[in-house]
Amino acid sequence: MIAAGEPAPDFTLRDQDGEEVSLADFRGGKVLLVFYPMDFSPVCSDQLSIYQEVKPEIAEKGVEMLGISVDHPYAHKAFQEKLGIDTPLLADFEPKGEVARAYGSYLDGLGFANRTLVLVDEEGTVAWAHESLSPGEFPGANVIFDALAS
Amino acid sequence: MNDLTSAGVPPIGPDDHVRGKGEGVIVYADLGCPHCASAWVELAARPGLLAFRHFPVASKHPRSPALHAAAEAAGAQGQFFAMVNSLYADRGRVDDPHLWERVEWLGLDLERFERDRRSDATTARVRRDFQSGIRAGVAGTPAVFDACTLVSVREREF
Repeated sequence: MIAAGEPAPDFTLRDQDGEEVSLADFRGGKVLLVFYPMDFSPVCSDQLSIYQEVKPEIAEKGVEMLGISVDHPYAHKAFQEKLGIDTPLLADFEPKGEVARAYGSYLDGLGFANRTLVLVDEEGTVAWAHESLSPGEFPGANVIFDALAS
Repeated sequence: MNDLTSAGVPPIGPDDHVRGKGEGVIVYADLGCPHCASAWVELAARPGLLAFRHFPVASKHPRSPALHAAAEAAGAQGQFFAMVNSLYADRGRVDDPHLWERVEWLGLDLERFERDRRSDATTARVRRDFQSGIRAGVAGTPAVFDACTLVSVREREF
């Protein structure tokens, strides 16, 4: 698992609309990477839905939120629409889980990322990282605000 | 700017929606959530004190904010739990005409109900509960707390 103080590995992934998104695009601002196992699993639905409810408050603190899972952009599009969320969802699809591996979040044998939050600062350095004990447990939104306040 | 950093579950207070007596639980629930509706069958029958706090997840259940506002407005006329019970019992009938049927059935003042459910005070009241749930780490609904600690979130397989 990546640690605070380390440089955040850059990446370029396709979002739900098939558009390329790079971490470097956000240099100069804060980014919250939300690694999650997969679209449409019950816990992921709760996690991204609840984060959506406080997205304005997250944005007020100058933070862009990006979801990342191993699903294809087509699945991301359907998931976004199903949940009614507008958080961009990035496809860590091919090579599968490559970005999750770079952040130390990939779960070998399971084939997806653990539930992980990584806050990247304006200079592209990891400011904070949080990994759930298991994929079935997601950090409440309060954990994000604790990190932003510290 | 709202503070959403971690905080304990606020203790039950005079402004909470409470029914029953004795040892208490606090339930953060979404009136549009099927899991909450299912759990409510047991929770509503539970002896003891129960405090209901609003936790609408609008992105997932777009009708939830309206339902919570309706419950709050019914509560202003003394029928909060009657409205909650009805909304969970008949989840397929929650459009405005169905809400008005409930208002008539409960013997409430419809004009006042309509005014109250659209008021800023109602919105703020619902939002206050929601934010307290966020700060307490509510990560799914229903979320049930005893006086100090989270007792349960709905069981689910990953």
